[in-house]
Amino acid sequence: MIQVRLTAEDLDLELTAGPGITALFGPGGAGKTRILDAIAGLAAPAGGRIIIDDEIVFDHASGVNLPPRRRHCGYVARQWALFPHMTLHDNLLFPLGSVARLERHRRVKETIDRFRLGEAATRRPHQVTPAERLRATVARALIGDPKLLLVDEPAAGLDIPLGIEWRAALRMVRDETDLPVLLATRDLDTCCELAGAMLLMDSGRILQSGPPRRVLDQPATVEAARLLGIRNLFQAEIVALDPGRNTSRLRLEDFELTGSYFPGRLRGDHVWVCVEPGRLRTTAPNGSKAQPNQVTARLERTSEMPRAVRLEFAGGIVAEIPRHEFERQKDNKEWLVEFPPEALKVL
Amino acid sequence: MPLDWSPLWLSLRFAGLATLLAAIAGLPLAWLLVHYRFRGCELLDALANLPLALPPAVFSYYLLTALGRWPIAFSWRWAIALSAIYTLPLVLRMSRAGLESLDPAFENAARVLGASEWRIFWRIGAPLAWRPLAAAGLAGLARAFADFAAAATLRNGAQGAAMIVPLTAAALAALAALYVGNRLRRERVYA
Repeated sequence: MIQVRLTAEDLDLELTAGPGITALFGPGGAGKTRILDAIAGLAAPAGGRIIIDDEIVFDHASGVNLPPRRRHCGYVARQWALFPHMTLHDNLLFPLGSVARLERHRRVKETIDRFRLGEAATRRPHQVTPAERLRATVARALIGDPKLLLVDEPAAGLDIPLGIEWRAALRMVRDETDLPVLLATRDLDTCCELAGAMLLMDSGRILQSGPPRRVLDQPATVEAARLLGIRNLFQAEIVALDPGRNTSRLRLEDFELTGSYFPGRLRGDHVWVCVEPGRLRTTAPNGSKAQPNQVTARLERTSEMPRAVRLEFAGGIVAEIPRHEFERQKDNKEWLVEFPPEALKVL
Repeated sequence: MPLDWSPLWLSLRFAGLATLLAAIAGLPLAWLLVHYRFRGCELLDALANLPLALPPAVFSYYLLTALGRWPIAFSWRWAIALSAIYTLPLVLRMSRAGLESLDPAFENAARVLGASEWRIFWRIGAPLAWRPLAAAGLAGLARAFADFAAAATLRNGAQGAAMIVPLTAAALAALAALYVGNRLRRERVYA
């Protein structure tokens, strides 16, 4: 269990993490790496307190600041930082300097088997594959029996095979140990796949926290929605609310939409409405008048995505439709974009 | 006139010892100045580099005035210590540049993995930066060697070829040390 309370001007937050993976998600400069460095003891924050397993490792008020070697953290840094002049075997031996010789070699052998590093163990980092380097980095961070694991995902991102290997290694740590893991990442897929909790960060502050699915489904603020990459964000006014029929009426800049009832909101409230691009439906006008929640829009740009096509319309409306659907509609002269009432979220 | 090689061999021993002393003082000092910010670190840095700013005669005069009553003054040990002090700025500056060129990620990884600063220097810093550190040592050696060879040859009262040949040999040896040092310094740090 780790408890962190930082009260610096540029890093002001409070977090608690137990066993399992807690993801720190945010853009570059959000403060993710600074938090990990502060916990590991590589940087001293200007204020706050850090407790690891009931031991105070940093307390600004009382001047406690344990050096990194006494904090017992495993740290997979962004650069991985396997020592280039040592073999992988020696890299694994390095954290066990104070362990008895026989025990040291037993643990290294076990770790080599567990992380499938058999043949690579006698080579130096630049002589092995990226996947082996990755596994060796995670193995080295774990071999000293740390109290928690800090993982900083490479900023440049990982290629697809290495990304799969990366997630597999983290899944193994999550499933086979009861370590608290703090994972700094910019990848929503990794958050959803691995993390039990997610902290959405920006500019040294936590904007929202909770299970990744819940954060994604219901961003707390428009800033949170923007950080999560939600594209369709519109300012609107609630012009009608009908709890009996579970409906509401929203007036946007150029059109009106019907949504489900929004508890806790009042008529006349000015709100932000968001819709995931994949939930919008597109059709060609068939001559008749647009149906409720359908808007005639001018297509400005299309872009290919791995499994869909993104359509960007005038007015900032973005839809993502399956490729076969786009092939069927690509000759449309005009487009009707439909906002399903159940897809509308109010922030 | 027979050539007198004794100044050359004496210079070799002398320069080796002076460089060793300069390295013993300079390497930990370089590590300290690269990794720690403490009160007075700029002053310490300036003091270590003082010999660069003072002419050797003036510096020696100050030292002799300060320590003249000590039995060490005017002995060969005294000369080695003086040369080490003169070599120190060169060794310090070059080894500092070498240590600064290291990616701090390696040292930080070692810190988190439980290593002490001493262990980090010997197991991580020194092996990764051995080329710039060796280059610093060789440059120091060349400086101390050339300085002393000239003084020793002149002091022997040698003239003509007896003076020129050992001095030329000393200059060539110093040049070789500088060349090897520069080659090392230009190669990649991590290999």
